[in-house]
Amino acid sequence: MSNKNKEVLLSVKGVDISFDVGKKKPFRAVKNANFDIYRGETFALVGESGSGKTTIGRAILRINELSKGEIIFKGKKISGKISKEDDREVIRSIQMIFQDPAASLNERANIEYCVSEGINNFHLYTDEADRIAKVDKALMDVGLLPEHKSRYPHEFSGGQRQRVGIARAMIMEPELIVADEPISALDVSIRAQVLNLMNKLKDEKGLTYLFIAHDLSVVRFISDRIAVIHLGRIVEIAETEELFKHPLHPYTISLLSAVPMPDPQIEKPKKHVVYDESKRDHSGPKPILQEIRPGHLVFGNDREMAEYEAKLQEMEKAEAEALKG
Amino acid sequence: MSERKIILSAKDIEVQFRVRDNYLNAIRGVSLDLYDGETFAIVGESGSGKSVFTKTFTGMLESNGKITNGSVMYDGKDLTKLVSDKDWEGIRGAKIATIFQDPMTSLNPIRTIGSQITEVIIKHQKVSADEAKKQAVDIMDRVGIIDAEKRFNEYPFQYSGGMRQRIVIAIALSCHPEILICDEPTTALDVTIQAQIIDLIKDLQKELKFTTIYITHDLGVVANVADRVGVMYGGQIIEIGTVEEIFYDPAHPYTWALLSSLPQLGVKGQELSYITGTPPSLYNIIKGDAFAPRNKYALKIDFEEEPPFFKITDTHYAKTWLLDPRAPKVEKPEAIRNLHEKIASMTSKGGAYYVEQK
Ligand SMILES: Nc1ncnc2c1ncn2[C@@H]1O[C@H](COP(=O)(O)OP(=O)(O)OP(=O)(O)O)[C@@H](O)[C@H]1O
Ligand SMILES: [Mg+2]
Repeated sequence: MSNKNKEVLLSVKGVDISFDVGKKKPFRAVKNANFDIYRGETFALVGESGSGKTTIGRAILRINELSKGEIIFKGKKISGKISKEDDREVIRSIQMIFQDPAASLNERANIEYCVSEGINNFHLYTDEADRIAKVDKALMDVGLLPEHKSRYPHEFSGGQRQRVGIARAMIMEPELIVADEPISALDVSIRAQVLNLMNKLKDEKGLTYLFIAHDLSVVRFISDRIAVIHLGRIVEIAETEELFKHPLHPYTISLLSAVPMPDPQIEKPKKHVVYDESKRDHSGPKPILQEIRPGHLVFGNDREMAEYEAKLQEMEKAEAEALKG
Repeated sequence: MSERKIILSAKDIEVQFRVRDNYLNAIRGVSLDLYDGETFAIVGESGSGKSVFTKTFTGMLESNGKITNGSVMYDGKDLTKLVSDKDWEGIRGAKIATIFQDPMTSLNPIRTIGSQITEVIIKHQKVSADEAKKQAVDIMDRVGIIDAEKRFNEYPFQYSGGMRQRIVIAIALSCHPEILICDEPTTALDVTIQAQIIDLIKDLQKELKFTTIYITHDLGVVANVADRVGVMYGGQIIEIGTVEEIFYDPAHPYTWALLSSLPQLGVKGQELSYITGTPPSLYNIIKGDAFAPRNKYALKIDFEEEPPFFKITDTHYAKTWLLDPRAPKVEKPEAIRNLHEKIASMTSKGGAYYVEQK
């Protein structure tokens, strides 16, 4: 499918986010981020902690201010000063799911309150019966029962609490969900359940996700496209299969080598590839994020792009030959 | 393997916690012979007893917990009989050291990194302050802290999460332990940092020849580090074997389920397989096989009688009635059959996880 026929739901354009602005040494957490998210896709943002993933997510939700660039949602600018109505619309239609389900729920409020808080604040129901119906529906959508409403978060397991967190987002009927490491804090055995649930809701409701993670193995299963971010800079974007098949940026390759594979014969002799930005050859003109194949972008200057191109052609040639048999 | 020296031997360990008026049976009869120089991985979901079991080797159970049965033999002593800090002197933190998940809980935030390492060296080796500093800088260097001399006087907050974990490893190793217990040392870290810490522990082990117990819930990590593996469920080891046996020939349905739910094995467009239901409540007496209510291969007897360990090879045992000669023949799930072939194709040229080695 060509990206041209798809509707762009969200556009991040030339975004810089700095902290400690006004101080002597402001910290540039996000550097010139550019990407589009299409309606109905799961777009993953992958990188290590401190790389700026969450900062971008929070900027989309209008929690972090931009120091440069803009964010467009459904054709409208949602960054910086916007009207009260637009602000309301953003808060309703872009929802967030957090890493730590325990910390994101008010421990003293029962499940009914946790889930309905958003529609209560915005009065998104016709009457009390409608309100209750909406809460029940949201709970059932995530595999919980209406009878759970009177319980408190601490009476649930980690996986169930994450379901409550998802119900809390879903009840707003959002168009975009920013999921910030939604399964990192969960036990392995429940991770798969939550991923399945997110996939199911996406298909049923035509949701769009921005899925933030540090682990490529999780992302491969759930996302359509992946952006890899390192030290505030997006270094590679591609469709999931393409990124795994033809990783080009050395940081992407180091992330790939870090995924532990459940096979001792393969895993034991494995050499992890370590990427050290400071040891990189920075000679030549300034690098930028540029397209190397339709939909596949890499961060590099002319010299680096020529290297990536040669490498990519070699891989493509080998694949073509393998196909011929 | 049978001629190898056993460095620590736990027998029939039971641990109980008192919670208000109730008793929680956290460990329900676990035995383990640990071989000198090996890396033994313990894997299982949250609450299965991984941490509590190994805390009995260092006398670190919380005060509401008690070892109600069994023995832990080490160096001619039964460790379950040790009580006071004085009894434990020379063993805990010296011969048997532990690294925990969150480095911040092991480090004092208001003291310099250097002073925290030298303190341990002076305490256990009774050397001068100058000699301790020399050793500390040495070991900081060894665990990969660049400019160790300069960073000696910095505080934990000036270090990244991965560097703090390196320091915790440095402290644990500074008294030359024989056994290093790593309790989820990388769970709070990113995969790239995790890879570096795992490499570091393996390198140090080769050099210093200690025995490692590695606790994790990530089977990918197990495949990398372990010589042998114990799978825990509901306060028991339910399968034990060499790392090859556990991955290529697992026998317990719980091990099957754990392996199958790995996202690395997920196929796009299909559901990931997962374990239904919740872990057993350890407040109640568990009848039969603790995994039975969540086990789609459960037999009638699984709900009635606890299975014994069945021997598969000299090194491989599993506690499941499926291995009884009278049980129906059941094959492991499709997702984990021919596991090596599947992963080999994923990691070879053209596969999803192929990484060119320079
Ligand atoms: N101090 C305590 N008081 C009461 N119960 C406890 C205490 N410490 C542990 N437990 C219980 O003992 C059981 C085993 O806990 P343990 O910490 O060993 O699990 P684990 O396998 O290490 O889990 P995780 O992967 O979450 O670290 C759990 O049911 C736990 O709730
Ligand atoms: Mg634990």
